[in-house]
Amino acid sequence: MRTIDCRGLSCPQPLLMFTEAHKKDSETPMDVLVDNPASMENVSRAARKKGWKVEAVSCEDMGSGVVRLELRK
Amino acid sequence: MRNNFLATTPGVIAVGMVIGVLAIFLQKMGNPGNMGICVACFERDLAGGLGLHRAAIVQYLRPEIVGLVLGSLAAAAATGEFRPRGGSSPMIRFVLGVIAAMGALVFLGCPWRAILRLAGGDANAIFGIAGLGTGIFIGTLFFRKGYSLGASQRQSAATGLVFPLIMVGVLVLYLMYPQIQGQPQSGPIFYSVSGPGSMHAPMLVSLGVAFVIGIGAQKSRFCTVGALRDLFLFGSTHLFLGLCAMFVAALVANLATGGFHFGFEGQPVAHTVSLWNFMGMVTAGLAFALAGGCPGRQLFMAGEGDGDAGIFAVGMLVGAALAHNLGTASSATGIGAHGIAATLTGLVVCLAIGFAHIRRTA
Repeated sequence: MRTIDCRGLSCPQPLLMFTEAHKKDSETPMDVLVDNPASMENVSRAARKKGWKVEAVSCEDMGSGVVRLELRK
Repeated sequence: MRNNFLATTPGVIAVGMVIGVLAIFLQKMGNPGNMGICVACFERDLAGGLGLHRAAIVQYLRPEIVGLVLGSLAAAAATGEFRPRGGSSPMIRFVLGVIAAMGALVFLGCPWRAILRLAGGDANAIFGIAGLGTGIFIGTLFFRKGYSLGASQRQSAATGLVFPLIMVGVLVLYLMYPQIQGQPQSGPIFYSVSGPGSMHAPMLVSLGVAFVIGIGAQKSRFCTVGALRDLFLFGSTHLFLGLCAMFVAALVANLATGGFHFGFEGQPVAHTVSLWNFMGMVTAGLAFALAGGCPGRQLFMAGEGDGDAGIFAVGMLVGAALAHNLGTASSATGIGAHGIAATLTGLVVCLAIGFAHIRRTA
């Protein structure tokens, strides 16, 4: 299990961080924290394309607009 | 999570098509040739209308700029996406905005207008778009090396609202001091009586069309710079297809209405100095890429409450004014006396900003 914290970052950085994590290890589940809709959509779209199942969970307790994208195989 | 059709690939293609068609519609309604909607040109005109520069032919409080921001604000507020944020290297973003506007005004157009110029048959735009692609490509090299302007933080609602409120202020000034036929000034506000600044669609049409575009662009995250950036970085065609759709729709609309005239010479508000059409957009493209989006996208993000994007837009207003005050902006007769110096200085500053913000530690 890994957590990639992209809070406060906007595209393309969250997508770059996800891509890098995926390159390192494309099997171990990961959670990606994002806090803007564009990054959420971008990471979800890219992850699905790479064969991940994506579940978006709202995490307002971690900051305004924070969403945890749970990426599983 | 809320279902957002416009954020899907068919959605962004639809938005691109709508923007392309509406841009040509605005030209038919009075906006300058191949300039149905150009963020850099219209920010330049807006700066002129406020008297920040005194180039008499490019002064008009373009309602399009106001509409793009307020449309985005309305869409964001209606869907719970208005999020006041900021604090990600604001000073750097201001400087990038200044450079982006100055570079774009050497070419005579932002990425949006580059597309519209090509769709109108202006072959000079090929050099501009090649330069834009080159500048964005250089930007992606920085991103690959770990370039980041840092995370933004949540800000007060007032911080998020200040740029949209400045736009409301512009609208109020327009309504308080409307254009008087043939007069260069109305109260404190400047209005071109000739040149591109004098050519405009009726105010409510400009405002309304831009408002609609603002809504669509906010929901779809349409971005002309992100389009090429994501293509280079990830091989992702999502935003790129939106950009292509804008071009194809504008081209078809031009062909259908007799607005397509292929060639280099005699194109509206354009010059034929190819090297600097290219280089101006290399500088602008790199500045846009380092700031995270095209000038349109910056306005839409400013409408969503992103104060950093708002500062970039203010930087563009200042840069556009500087470009005319310092003689770095081009005109239909060629590049400005100091256009080359501005382009190269801007490029060097962008490269320095890029190298200074490579943060990767791994």
